[in-house]
Amino acid sequence: MNEFFFGTYPYIALAVLAVGSIARYERDPFTWKSSSSQLLRRRQLIVGSVLFHLGVLVIFFGHLFGLLIPLRIYEAIGITPEVKTVMAASAGGVAGIIAIVGALMLAHRRLVDPRVRATSSFWDTAILLLLIAQLALGLISVPVSLASIDEGEVVKFMAWAFGIFTLDPKAASYLEHVPLIFKLHIFLGLTIFLIFPFTRLVHMLSAPVRFLWRPGWQIVRTRRKKGARQTS
Amino acid sequence: MKIRAQIGMVLNLDKCIGCHTCSVTCKNVWTTRDGVEYAWFNNVETKPGIGYPKDWENQKRWNGGWVRKKNGRIQPKQGAKWRILANIFANPSLPEIDDYYEPFDFDHDHLKSAPEMEAFPTARPYSKITGERIEKIEWGPNWEEILGGEFSRRSQDYNFEGVQKDIYGEFENTFMMYLPRLCEHCLNPACAASCPSGAIYKRAEDGVVLIDQEKCRGWRMCVSGCPYKKVYYNWDTGKSEKCTLCYPRLESGQPTVCSETCVGRIRYLGVVLYDADRIDAAASADEKDLYRAQLDMFLDPNDPEVQRQALADGVPQDWIDSARHSPVWKMAMDWKIAFPLHPEYRTLPMVWYVPPLSPIQNAAEGGLIGHDGEMPDVRSLRIPVRYLANMLTAGDEAPIVSALERMLAMRAYMRAKTVDGVIDEGIAERVGLTPALIEDMFHIMSIANYEDRFVIPTAHRELADEAIDVKTGCGFTDTNGCSTGLSQARLFGGAKKKRFTLPSEVE
Repeated sequence: MNEFFFGTYPYIALAVLAVGSIARYERDPFTWKSSSSQLLRRRQLIVGSVLFHLGVLVIFFGHLFGLLIPLRIYEAIGITPEVKTVMAASAGGVAGIIAIVGALMLAHRRLVDPRVRATSSFWDTAILLLLIAQLALGLISVPVSLASIDEGEVVKFMAWAFGIFTLDPKAASYLEHVPLIFKLHIFLGLTIFLIFPFTRLVHMLSAPVRFLWRPGWQIVRTRRKKGARQTS
Repeated sequence: MKIRAQIGMVLNLDKCIGCHTCSVTCKNVWTTRDGVEYAWFNNVETKPGIGYPKDWENQKRWNGGWVRKKNGRIQPKQGAKWRILANIFANPSLPEIDDYYEPFDFDHDHLKSAPEMEAFPTARPYSKITGERIEKIEWGPNWEEILGGEFSRRSQDYNFEGVQKDIYGEFENTFMMYLPRLCEHCLNPACAASCPSGAIYKRAEDGVVLIDQEKCRGWRMCVSGCPYKKVYYNWDTGKSEKCTLCYPRLESGQPTVCSETCVGRIRYLGVVLYDADRIDAAASADEKDLYRAQLDMFLDPNDPEVQRQALADGVPQDWIDSARHSPVWKMAMDWKIAFPLHPEYRTLPMVWYVPPLSPIQNAAEGGLIGHDGEMPDVRSLRIPVRYLANMLTAGDEAPIVSALERMLAMRAYMRAKTVDGVIDEGIAERVGLTPALIEDMFHIMSIANYEDRFVIPTAHRELADEAIDVKTGCGFTDTNGCSTGLSQARLFGGAKKKRFTLPSEVE
């Protein structure tokens, strides 16, 4: 069981995430979009969307750096696992609350507003509810990890995540004895990875940061090939 | 100097009768699909009025177009790039669909399926978004048709700036005009500049501004960035769409659908040559010089030096020949009777308008009429010159007065010629024209033959593709390449689309 969920399932999820995203980008670029519904109903979106995205971005980068930067580097700059747990719990807790408040506003809008409801696809609603569930699990795990700060859970998670990316066959064993709430959180997170390419979440991969250093303002395209022979 | 060609359009508002044929034929061709039923790539507004979408000219509210910063450089009114990105989660300047109108249809099926009943069955409206019944339609396209609604609302029209507008609410002094609007295919498009994905581009060959549907991610900054509100967010596909200037027709030498079907023959299409290196300077000009600066963008196609340089910059010879016969060049640059719509937005729009003449005001007729020799003073026309200037020259009245006088002179000259049999050269001289020019004006503007209105060279696809490479291709298909595409499975939830070769970026 443990071996499947935390040893095999991560690779399935990541493989589907990578192959699915590339396939969608290549085969169906027309469907690659943010699917904004702001045009249909502005109410509740402005606050809800900003809160949700800001919170989720903090959480996303928190997990990325928290799980994948080796412990050695943290220790080198004087952050012990205990300090790291407190940092993660406080920053993650605040961002989690911001994100879940935003997500609840968005979910309420999506389920109650007739225009948004009528134009939502199954996955639009489903992914929002899954994200809320995931945020809730994450928030519940905050007090648990603070309570068990001496057990060094955080080290186990880092070892596991690192193990997955370094193809460590023992990766799953690191999570053998962590509290259930963490296991659920990780499982749901992997599931979100799995369905990622089939939902609107793909829009995060095309976050337009390139815009910031795009030269000039205008874009001009031509069909003329360089050095094409001029006809008159 | 880098010379490019642009297909420009001129609309002679003096002849527009507000029949909406342009809007309807455009809609039938381009926007009958789900998600854009509310969008009119071409619409005709009755002015004065707040227009479609509501209040679109009020850039304090919608933040469209460009602003000149203190250092003389321009940036989108929405803000610098980081500011645009900061608004990506929720765009504060995006109109809601009610600012256009909630798209509706009528329950026609009820007319034939209703059971026997006392009252005659009626087709009641329902929302095209939710499918629910709409009890009362509160707003629609062209809600202000022919001065519909109260003056207090219509007079919020931005073009009343600096006009004592109260008297125009009185029945005796009221005035109106039609304003057909479409995408301006600007030289300095604010939509393209605001697009974080870089999906909106201008075609170097003919200046058409298009949205790459496969690159658009639905960040919707173009909708608020365009000061004319002529980019529409398709709520069904999640992509933005806009007028394409009917480029498939243009490429084969045909006019756009709106131009082709215009019963009043008010639309003109032609090539203008411009210097791409001067775009920035013209768009950044001082507020008072904007019309003049935009006029100076264009190069005289009869100048051999311009022709030589255009050829060197890749403009085909037949395009240069077309530019020499371009009605747009003649009306906008040569005769100076056509003007850009709201040059103060600094987008350098490429759809220009001939201002309408209007009847002499009643008050003036009672012996008070201001006469300027044989012609009435254009300032006693019903439509205030200031109103037209706010719309077409960023408030500069002199060019509008000159244009209206030239149009009146053309009428007076031709009346003298055809009714009295007199060639009155004095009329022409007084407005700075020659009899030959007036005859030409008359020919182009009043007779308006098809081949004089539309001088459109065909596209040179032979410069883009090697024909031998596409000989076994499948042309335009809705499916994956040459497959029959019978599979209905849609893994990612959208209609299948074939990727065809898109033009590549330059600069």
